[in-house]
Amino acid sequence: MAEARNTYRDGPDELGHFGLFGGRYVAETLMPLILEVERSYDAACADPSYAKELESFRTTYAGRPSPLYFAERLTDHFGGAKIYFKRDELNHTGSHKINNCLGQILLAKRMGKTRIIAETGAGQHGVATATVCARFGLECIVYMGAKDIERQKPNVFRMNLLGADVRAVDKGSATLKEAMNEALRDWVANVDDTYYLIGTAAGPHPYPAMVRDFQSVIGDEVKVQMAEAEGRLPDTLVACIGGGSNAIGLFHPFLDDGDVRLIGVEAAGNGINSGEHAASISGGNPGVLHGNRTYLLQDAGGQIRDAHSISAGLDYPGIGPEHAWLHLKGRVNYVSATDEEALAAFQLCSLLEGIIPALEPSHALSYVQKIAPELPSDHLLVVNLCGRGDKDVFTVAEALGSDLGAET
Amino acid sequence: MSAPLRESRLTRRFEKLKEKDRAALVTFITANDPDPAVFRQLLEGLPTAGADIIELGMPFSDPMADGPSVQLSSQRAIKVGVTIDDVLGAVADMREWEMDTPVILMGYYNPIYCYGLAEFAEAAANAGVDGVIIVDLPPEEAEELNQHLRTNNLHMIFLAAPTTDGVRFPRVLEQASGFVYYVAVKGVTGTKSANISEVSARVAAMRTQTDLPLGVGFGIRTASQAAEMAQFADAVVVGSAIVDIITDGIDSEWRAKPGLATRVLDFVKDLANGVQAARLDSAENASTGVDA
Repeated sequence: MAEARNTYRDGPDELGHFGLFGGRYVAETLMPLILEVERSYDAACADPSYAKELESFRTTYAGRPSPLYFAERLTDHFGGAKIYFKRDELNHTGSHKINNCLGQILLAKRMGKTRIIAETGAGQHGVATATVCARFGLECIVYMGAKDIERQKPNVFRMNLLGADVRAVDKGSATLKEAMNEALRDWVANVDDTYYLIGTAAGPHPYPAMVRDFQSVIGDEVKVQMAEAEGRLPDTLVACIGGGSNAIGLFHPFLDDGDVRLIGVEAAGNGINSGEHAASISGGNPGVLHGNRTYLLQDAGGQIRDAHSISAGLDYPGIGPEHAWLHLKGRVNYVSATDEEALAAFQLCSLLEGIIPALEPSHALSYVQKIAPELPSDHLLVVNLCGRGDKDVFTVAEALGSDLGAET
Repeated sequence: MSAPLRESRLTRRFEKLKEKDRAALVTFITANDPDPAVFRQLLEGLPTAGADIIELGMPFSDPMADGPSVQLSSQRAIKVGVTIDDVLGAVADMREWEMDTPVILMGYYNPIYCYGLAEFAEAAANAGVDGVIIVDLPPEEAEELNQHLRTNNLHMIFLAAPTTDGVRFPRVLEQASGFVYYVAVKGVTGTKSANISEVSARVAAMRTQTDLPLGVGFGIRTASQAAEMAQFADAVVVGSAIVDIITDGIDSEWRAKPGLATRVLDFVKDLANGVQAARLDSAENASTGVDA
């Protein structure tokens, strides 16, 4: 591929490739469907009424724009960079996931689909999907790993209240990867009436690009809000990465602003060297899974390894293909934070800011803790607070108790 | 359309069966399932039992297009550490005593991608493999592997599905060789039954677009179903029903119970009888005349 580009924002190509990554690696039964999703999405993008409807739901239903908040006490505590939170945990349903679900449910409706399936890890995407299905009166089936059902009980109950059928997947590691396999199998078997509402910026083209587009509202708002607050661009953006939808949503509008430093924080679990982590870029290599080529945790024979993270939302052995490409290009710096570091940041943020963050953005916060003290006081740092922590209080209680006993 | 490959075991087999006016029986098992010894017994017995083409599964941790039967066999193989080299080794071993029966490999892309595309194609050809089916590699992404397969005279066999309409089918044919594998049901392997009249109509429609042999698989579980498909298809693939016999024939620690190989091979004999008699029966019934 010719690399005569002066922008990082024009991907993917017409086949869905971000350089080496992305693409469409699915069974033939799904190919015609995926091509139909792509055609329908292109048509929707060309139709002003679609954008208008989405904008209206974002404002009146999801509660956008979410505030950009100056985290004064955390800033004082670290004594360095000026820290802002992008408050996407204040969205309806408590995370950034609703941004994507609104966009896709309006698309599914345009396509005449009546049955919605989704995979979920932490349950945030499952809740957001169940929410929009309830709102639009569509049948909703959510596949969720049995282990995640156990550790995210509040979200399972919320999905049930919203009328979704939550199906436990007990295969393999019984987490997000298996939930996605099962959702793909469901889709193959129900191609006529079913729309697969993928929750992260991964999967076969056009999903990575489409999810990124819907989540880019985060970065677009930050640009405007920071201009209002400080009269200029931010210096550093930090976001956590599982599949990477909140991160790509924050980063994408800034990709061509070369002075803005972009940092993605993967989940290092018990540490990269322990082998028990979910850091696909720091600890994986390129491969093909779930419809796209990207960085994966795998053994030498190409069998996918189980990921580990205390955060169910980051507990996935892959990463969105655009992140894989941005890593290779060097535009985004991918780092990692361990379970322990995330737990510490979770507590610190709760204590100092009165905001209980989800364990996912706690990974981003813990990296902020590492870099903020060294940065000058006029350095503007934005961390994406992509989810609230109510769902995690049981996990955190158990983890904190376990410092005294066994269990990991 | 890409240039056809040179003559191969696979093309010779289809030509021979065409002369005999009968369909090929393709049997699927996962490599080294349930253990290397029983697997070897199966390989030795399949050609005589009536398998015209042997399809071997290369295990993958995330078999997204497979139902519970093949998922289980894949898990068993991974548990004992079956690698691509093991699969190729088994084929090379088989080629010591069986030169005529084509072997095609079925798997997912990632293990092959990790192995190295050129390396895989060369090693598979050297082992005596004749073709590959990569479930999650549609024509849009297949050229990077297919160029190496062609160099090594290996067939890349593509799937066509009930969702593959007449407009898309030529896209599949651009790179297809060996035969086209029609997925007879909308679903994963081993979970639904194929509808004979729908499949027959689709196969007839595909025949107007290609001269390649047309195989049918997914949802064929019995000798009578296989016989029905064999009346109009050039190949009939049976997988999950065979794998289920293996699953039933092992204990809770995945050790083969006595007589497992015999039970599998007896079932294959039934299937073969059905497939081989299919068009004789249909001629007797003075039926439709859908022969290729």
